[in-house]
Amino acid sequence: MTVRWWREVGWRHAGGLVAVVFAVVPVLYVVSAAFNPLGTVVSTDVIPTRFSLVHFQSLFSDPARPFPRWLLNTLIVCAMVTFVQVLCSALAAYAFSRFRFKGRRGGLLTLLLIQMFPQFLAVIALFTMVTELGEALPALGLNTIAGYSLVLMGGALAQVWLIKGYFDTIPRQLDEAAVVDGASHAGVFFRILLPLARPILAVTGLLAFVGVIGEFLLASIFLTDTNAKTLAVGLYGIIESDRSNNLGVFAAGALMTALPVVLLFQYLQRYIVGGLTSGAVKD
Amino acid sequence: MIRILCLGIAVGTAAALTPSLAGGGHYVVLTVAWVVVAVLLVTYGTGRAVTAKYLVPGTLLLVVFTVAPVLATVQMSTTNYGDGTRTTKRETVERILANSVVQAPDSPTFNLTVGTSGDSDFTFFLVDRATGTAYAGNRDGLKEVSPTVTRGFVTAAAGYTMLTPKQVNDAAAQLKEFAVPVEGGAIRQRGLREAFEGRTMLRYDEAADTITDTATGTSYTVQRQGDREYFVDGQGERLSEQSWRAGVGLENYRRAFTDPRILGGFLRIFGWTVVFAAGSVVLTFVVGLGLAVMLNDSRVRGQKVYRSILLLPYAIPGFISILVWSGFFNQEFGLINNLTGLDIDWLGDPWGAKAALLLLNLWLGFPYMFLVATGALQSIPAELREAATIDGAGAFTAFRRITLPLLLVAVAPILVASFAFNFNNYNVIELLTHGGPFTPDHPDAGATDILISYTVRLAFGAGGAQFGFAAAIATLLFVITGVLAAAQFRATRSLEEVH
Repeated sequence: MTVRWWREVGWRHAGGLVAVVFAVVPVLYVVSAAFNPLGTVVSTDVIPTRFSLVHFQSLFSDPARPFPRWLLNTLIVCAMVTFVQVLCSALAAYAFSRFRFKGRRGGLLTLLLIQMFPQFLAVIALFTMVTELGEALPALGLNTIAGYSLVLMGGALAQVWLIKGYFDTIPRQLDEAAVVDGASHAGVFFRILLPLARPILAVTGLLAFVGVIGEFLLASIFLTDTNAKTLAVGLYGIIESDRSNNLGVFAAGALMTALPVVLLFQYLQRYIVGGLTSGAVKD
Repeated sequence: MIRILCLGIAVGTAAALTPSLAGGGHYVVLTVAWVVVAVLLVTYGTGRAVTAKYLVPGTLLLVVFTVAPVLATVQMSTTNYGDGTRTTKRETVERILANSVVQAPDSPTFNLTVGTSGDSDFTFFLVDRATGTAYAGNRDGLKEVSPTVTRGFVTAAAGYTMLTPKQVNDAAAQLKEFAVPVEGGAIRQRGLREAFEGRTMLRYDEAADTITDTATGTSYTVQRQGDREYFVDGQGERLSEQSWRAGVGLENYRRAFTDPRILGGFLRIFGWTVVFAAGSVVLTFVVGLGLAVMLNDSRVRGQKVYRSILLLPYAIPGFISILVWSGFFNQEFGLINNLTGLDIDWLGDPWGAKAALLLLNLWLGFPYMFLVATGALQSIPAELREAATIDGAGAFTAFRRITLPLLLVAVAPILVASFAFNFNNYNVIELLTHGGPFTPDHPDAGATDILISYTVRLAFGAGGAQFGFAAAIATLLFVITGVLAAAQFRATRSLEEVH
């Protein structure tokens, strides 16, 4: 470790390490709290010192906070909304990428504009709308996962730009060859483009999934029944009801929610970094 | 085949729902359902309109659940909709009349059984004590029926479930509002098993829009008091405290911009929203860029490891991180005061809460900016910097004069998008500070409120729903967001890129 090494490379590592510590401390704290049997704020340190699974057990056994139910609700919402969003976006992206039609340019720009308006700004109208919908069809009203998912599907075209950009890089000769072989326009889409676009579908799917799992505003207003809650409002309820004593249970739930998402992010890292530079924003 | 099946299911569903929707008077839902089905039929029923086949599904969802609510919000901002004005004028008049029912000495009385037929509303089964005739009545009126009558009470009727006395007692609040309209009055509940036909002294004249008390001869006309309309007598005394939903034009906007108390809070919130969004972008970008410059060097080993670890705050769902951090800011036991030895009342002090929000947002956002800046740095040709170095520029000058300007051009759209995102970043505010701390002089405009959290509190907060006013603030938010979007348009130059 010479002085020169320090001047040229060492200080870079020093800066990087500071950032790593800053990034990791809260994460370590959650892990530590989740496995700390006492589960209180006072007894929890950044470095885990004790190990117990008591909070995980309590998550699955306390009927007052039905974590499995929230998990299931969240998975249903995420799966439905992500599927619809990626499918609708891919369909529209196909039209925008492969067809030439009147209003194409205007349509693309309109989508870009609408995308920048967060849907939740219209929360008051959405609330009265779902209330009315629930009076007509109780299965789609307030406190239903179906009604909540339906509202979130309003963002069905949020990923058009990303997917269209990817479709544009797939040579047109491929679809033309398929058409010569007798494929219809639907055949080209489902058999040629979708399989080739798997990486971008994975990334947009992940972005949609993360967006839905973290949605709090609409969920907190639409889903107030304990059994209708998603993880976001459910876990919020746990920590809010008793900040100092429920830390362990909350951390255990948080860990189980975050772990799969973090692993997916690591797995898809390469594609995500590519997508970011073309303007994707996680919310 | 699949196509025909799907279309068949759509039409079948709509057809199956039609009777109950029409019966319940839910014409808006009914119309929307059939319009959607019609659009689907036109698009997929024929072999033509290939483009539309791909655009229609997402567009329908977008129009119904994003565009329509935005328009509805704008429309709502010109009304006084909120607590006390949830009903239409017609419903309000009916309520005022039904609630004014009084029992006269000769009022008929009935033995009452409350029934329900599956839909949530009630039906009164009545046996006239004088004549022994049985009736059934709901909100639409009275009809003669022949149900099973046992010892003077209706005990069963086809298609209805009778409520037990306990259930009747439990539903007391709803039943108090329930009245069966009859000529000149209404039948109302009195006690668990008894009802009476009362007379109303009030008459509503629809043409003149007045309510007249036939006993005293006083006539009540509609008068606007504040942003609400009431029926008042000649002296301005209200007949009833009940008001209704009415258009108020631009009154909500006038209130926001001229009422000094509201304007003061509004301007302060607007200012903090801008500072919060700009501060978050600048902090995260400076830290992210600094890190990217430090680590983006071929001599630094382990770049992949750094990136994987620094990705963590970005990958963890935001609400979890925010809730974890909210514990760190506790004055007595929080991690931050413990580790640093400080004794700051982070969330109880207006400045502390603001600093806490920016610190948290730095943690949440710097990995994203780090990734973005790394990507942008790698896309800048190394020759440019080398050429500058050869021309005698120091490393710092080369960075400032060559790299930074090029980089800023590349990331400008992302900076604007990030600003717009934080401008409406409800989660971080609501989950960390709830907009607080609050001071007595501004009980509903907290020190760290941003416009969206303020809007949500106005609409759904404990102080009573002010949907109309909140919708006006939301509409202002639409406008501001639109301006930001336009700014991003320019920054992306997406106009040129659409080909």
